Amino acid sequence: MSDLGFDPSLKKKKKKVVSTEEAPSTEGSPAVADTDDLFSGLKKKKKAKKPVEEQSSKSSPVPADLEAEFADLTLKKKKKKSVKAADVLDFEQQLEQAGIEETTPTAEEETTTVSAQELGGLPYEELLSRFFNILKENNPELAGARSGPKFRIPPPVCQREGSKKTLFANVQEIATVLQRNPEHLIQYLFAELGTSGSIDGEKRLVLRGKFQPKQMESVLRRYIIEYVTCKTCKSMNTVLKRESANRLHFLSCNACGSTRSVSSIKTGFQAQIGKRKKLLI
Amino acid sequence: MSTIQNLNSFDPFADTGDSEAQATNYIHIRIQQRNGRKTLTTVQGLPSEYDLKKILKVLKKDFACNGNLVKDEDMGEVIQLQGDQRVKVAEFLISQLQIPKKNIKIHGF
Repeated sequence: MSDLGFDPSLKKKKKKVVSTEEAPSTEGSPAVADTDDLFSGLKKKKKAKKPVEEQSSKSSPVPADLEAEFADLTLKKKKKKSVKAADVLDFEQQLEQAGIEETTPTAEEETTTVSAQELGGLPYEELLSRFFNILKENNPELAGARSGPKFRIPPPVCQREGSKKTLFANVQEIATVLQRNPEHLIQYLFAELGTSGSIDGEKRLVLRGKFQPKQMESVLRRYIIEYVTCKTCKSMNTVLKRESANRLHFLSCNACGSTRSVSSIKTGFQAQIGKRKKLLI
Repeated sequence: MSTIQNLNSFDPFADTGDSEAQATNYIHIRIQQRNGRKTLTTVQGLPSEYDLKKILKVLKKDFACNGNLVKDEDMGEVIQLQGDQRVKVAEFLISQLQIPKKNIKIHGF
């Protein structure tokens, strides 16, 4: 209370004055003082409003109350952000007192109208979430839901073979899930990882170098983005075809029917590692 | 007659020369594994207007690693750096040389 500068003696003085006919004209000034004191305890942003309120309250006491009401409302909304609950509570108490003293019926009317306004204008976020809930219930495909477990890609299984080689066990499985030729996928892996390798008897891929499953996953993800997903509808139900006329690879989507060209896999520059291998070749 | 717009000889299928057509100027940053946990970073496709020797000198100092320039018949000059410097090189190219981010492709795991 003290930091607000709210003086109860002020109110008592006012009560004496209220009994006379001059009450409305004089009542404005203490109310303004109260609001001013309150705003001083709040953010500086609010201070810009102050002169306007003073002007309006000088003319008539009721608008001052109205503005106080609105200020109270904004305070309620901002309560979470600016943790000044105590101030707000004090302000409410003060408001109640002020209302009881002079303008009880008008204040009540104002609060009812304001609450109606609040109910009338539903917040956008609420409406949006409501819309999406209904959309999800009725057509989940439109709401961006993935079509089931059909395109769940199994996590890559990497085992170490010796100290310098990695066994990528489920290349074949991943390639079939992605509806791609395993040769194409393996070629991409070699190009991206900058290594070489071979396929063993059980159709597992043997890569030269040490690779963690996590690293393989990121490479696979990039492969899927570049060579599997349809850019138009994000579907993974696509076919990679090689046009014999222009020898380009085209990705056509089975879901939406769009076609786009994809670049061929390029190995790029490969640095020469180790002088001895060069001599052997 | 040329004032009538409909009779203008405008070919809507003509090549506009947009940036889509000339998308071959990618800069590739790759990584290669060496023996043990050692790696090598290669930067391929830097525009020839830059002085690669000076860039290499700055990169070596900045990343505290060794490196050298390799001349390749197909790819032109390639910067080689010791260690995994892919992210750092990409940041350098974007911030110091003002190369758009979409022109840089980082390969490898």
